[in-house]
Amino acid sequence: MVIQSKPTAIGPVCGRILSKLEANNFGGEDIFAVHLALEEAFINAVRHGNKMDSAKEVKIDYSVAPDKIEVSVTDEGEGFDPESVPDPRYGENLYKPEGRGLFLMRSYMDTVEFNERGNSVCMTKYKEKSNPAKGEN
Amino acid sequence: MASIKPRISVEYADNATIVTFVDEKILEEMDVQALQGSIMPVVEEAKRIKLILDFCNVRFLSSTVLGLLLRISKKVYEQDGQLRLCNISPRIYEIFKITRLNKIFDIYEDVKSATDSLPAAD
Repeated sequence: MVIQSKPTAIGPVCGRILSKLEANNFGGEDIFAVHLALEEAFINAVRHGNKMDSAKEVKIDYSVAPDKIEVSVTDEGEGFDPESVPDPRYGENLYKPEGRGLFLMRSYMDTVEFNERGNSVCMTKYKEKSNPAKGEN
Repeated sequence: MASIKPRISVEYADNATIVTFVDEKILEEMDVQALQGSIMPVVEEAKRIKLILDFCNVRFLSSTVLGLLLRISKKVYEQDGQLRLCNISPRIYEIFKITRLNKIFDIYEDVKSATDSLPAAD
């Protein structure tokens, strides 16, 4: 589906996706993780990809299976190199107010992959992989 | 659709100013900006504020809120104040832990332990 590129637009879509997870008996930890990653991916698309231009759009595709969810978020921006984003846990980055979205997506989802252009991220979460702190330390 | 604005309650106790986030979810840029607009004047109006941020109602937040907390912290310590966070749910504490922000913020179990940790009133 395609939605307007403004921060409030994710709410209804997110609600629909989380309801599907509930219907497929995903646990609270998994639902929290997907919720967080989806919010972070969407706000990155709106803020960094589409540069807060509400005339632009964000495309969200998802599929929920009994054992996993796949969700992709695509903006109209030029893309970026996800490997160039510094680790927010170290040095002066720890004190910066921004730069944690991608790190949280990677920490809470099982796979996070970008297309070559860097304007589309595809994330997967498998049911009941219960340790969200795999990015710790 | 009616939007729910993020709300805070402010309690001026003997030794601390306690700001409680009223809403369960703090998500969007506009919410965070509104919160910043509510909390920063509280910090700026007080000299050497001893501020406790109470998360007892909060069940979900995004990284945008972490940014707000860092800005509040900077302002508080620039003014020789003290900041404590408390009543953070396990899931949200996990976010602090994963991002290592638990190393920056002084996090306490509840308002009482946060208050007790503060230096005595001037």
